[in-house]
Amino acid sequence: MADHPETTSSTATRVLGIASLASIVVLVIYAFAVTGPDVRLGETVRIMYVHVPTVSIAYLFMLANAVCSVMFLVKRSSFFDVAAGASGEIGVVLLGLTLVTGMLWGRPTWGAYWVWDARLTTTALLFLMYVGYLTMRTLPGNPNVRAVRAAVVGIVSAALIYPVHMSVEWWSSLHQGRTVFGRATKAAIAGDQETALYIGFLAFLLVASWLAVHRFRVGWLADRAAGVEIDAAVAARRAEHEPAVSSLGQVKP
Amino acid sequence: MPPAILLRDTVSLLGRYPVLAGLDLRVEDGEIVLLRGPNGAGKTSLLRTCAGLLRVASGTATVLGHDLCVDRRTVRPQIGLLGHATGLYDDLTVLDNLRFWARAVRADRPDAIVDSALDRVALAERLRSVAVARLSSGQRRRVSLAAMIVRRPRLWLLDEPHAGLDAEGRDLLDAMIAEAAASGATVLFASHELDRAVAVASRCVTIAGGVVVADDAA
Amino acid sequence: MLRDAWLVLRRDLRLEWRTRTTVNQVVPFVLAIVLLFAFALDADSATLVRASAGLFWIAVLFAASMIVQRVASVDQRDGVGDALRMSGIDPAGAYIGRTLALSAQLVVTEAVLGLAIVAFYGIDLRGLGLLAVTGGLATLGIAAVGSIYGPLVAGIEGRETVLPLLFLPVQAPVLLAAARASEVALGRGVGSGWPWAAMLGMLAVIYLGIGVATASTLAEET
Repeated sequence: MADHPETTSSTATRVLGIASLASIVVLVIYAFAVTGPDVRLGETVRIMYVHVPTVSIAYLFMLANAVCSVMFLVKRSSFFDVAAGASGEIGVVLLGLTLVTGMLWGRPTWGAYWVWDARLTTTALLFLMYVGYLTMRTLPGNPNVRAVRAAVVGIVSAALIYPVHMSVEWWSSLHQGRTVFGRATKAAIAGDQETALYIGFLAFLLVASWLAVHRFRVGWLADRAAGVEIDAAVAARRAEHEPAVSSLGQVKP
Repeated sequence: MPPAILLRDTVSLLGRYPVLAGLDLRVEDGEIVLLRGPNGAGKTSLLRTCAGLLRVASGTATVLGHDLCVDRRTVRPQIGLLGHATGLYDDLTVLDNLRFWARAVRADRPDAIVDSALDRVALAERLRSVAVARLSSGQRRRVSLAAMIVRRPRLWLLDEPHAGLDAEGRDLLDAMIAEAAASGATVLFASHELDRAVAVASRCVTIAGGVVVADDAA
Repeated sequence: MLRDAWLVLRRDLRLEWRTRTTVNQVVPFVLAIVLLFAFALDADSATLVRASAGLFWIAVLFAASMIVQRVASVDQRDGVGDALRMSGIDPAGAYIGRTLALSAQLVVTEAVLGLAIVAFYGIDLRGLGLLAVTGGLATLGIAAVGSIYGPLVAGIEGRETVLPLLFLPVQAPVLLAAARASEVALGRGVGSGWPWAAMLGMLAVIYLGIGVATASTLAEET
């Protein structure tokens, strides 16, 4: 990671970007041409190649967010604050994709866009929790205070993923037994379909990483634009009482 | 005896702004030091840094023998900070407030200490069971002063303590500063009331642009 | 730590005693919800009876959100935040004290709200043991989260809208378990209510643990 990026692009991210594009192309080919409709799920199985990878990688980014939040509280370096923000944002986007694809899959499968399936419901709650986290990051005020509070929200949210999941799972088990998505994907997918799923994981991991790196760099540049280098700021502050170097550049008579 | 305050090249930030820009200051135990300087010089920030409320971004800061970069929490109960705000719960009575703060610093016999502190700042008996919100600003100032005495701090940090007090209150404050120093406490106070302040202080430190620019005997 | 918890608990209750915010503002607010809900559902008594448990806990969550905001703003005004940091009060102890005080205020609110629902919607009170345990544990869980998020938004412009956004999704598990257990207690739910009560206990422990663990970080933020 460059310390002072002047652009958000670098050779590494260009390679990553090209790899992302290529993997998406391969995924599209696999999802629509190579694999056929599923015996049980029919054509809707193709949604799984997006749905399952996005939710897994969303959790990965939530984990990254929690780790960066903890690191920020330990090190108090804005590197981790910006990194936590970037991973939180990408995570929310992925959770949103998960919800949309889940609903699109639910409509033909269950005849309704929404059923109170444990995973869908947990995902919706996590989505709201992390939207709250992102809102916290945009509030006005002292950036240091905000960063600390956002880090705490990130850690609390991550710590609550399991309790939320547990309670919702238990609730939905009263109504419809085990998780529908888990059963469908585990039992039905094999062979080319399994390959397509793995390509999906790879493609979304690459795309999300590419987005996250750029988001981090934008955040880092914004962070630098908001403040100045500490040494320069200290020098300017010390110069305040010397009229000769006042900001107007004029010596008072 | 270690100095009460020892700042070396201390930078502290308000948001991203360096309010203290590499400030050096040494205050000996038992000194009374007047802090002066134009608006925005960093007087309040210096007091808040010494109180451990502003994080030291670089340099070192030691107060009452505690390194503020390592641990700000343990030393704070030994410090009394009187800022522009009252530090009192508006909706609680004077007695409720002071008893709460006295218990918070683990005072022995808190009720008795509170009564004697209120006697010291000459707050009328009838005002003591009134909500702080109903007091005048000068009366609130006296209650804040009483809250300082209740804490029995080893280091007094006062930010414009004379502001809002009547003539009698100002004399009272000066007497309290002298008493505090006589009992071995250290006092650092910012003031624009130079004539009055110079009479109380043993030393006068002028700051501007977040650094010390003059340091004279008063 | 417990000494500071007791100190802060007494301070919060004294603040409530002097201002009577909960009694004068929050309690009438939840009563208004009870009435408005009856209007919304067309005073259809069968529907109201069925919805009562869930409605009760939703109203409690809104009430909690109001009280939390008020307590958090009191701790920021007039330099009180600085004074608390200077006082040496253990932040974890203060967190526990705030949580207990909030729980006490919620219990009062819940008592009035419960009576109103029983009276207006025509509920047969049954399963009092389960109801009491559910109420106690759910209240503790709600208060534990509220005491974390209150100070988080204190002093921020726009906190009135941010607090519910942070606070309500996190309360979903408590709402879920509390409503199910209450339904069972009132004789309408599926299965046994005690596992839900146990889950409420577990959630309260998790939330309290998080609150104690994050308290000192939040107290020292600058």
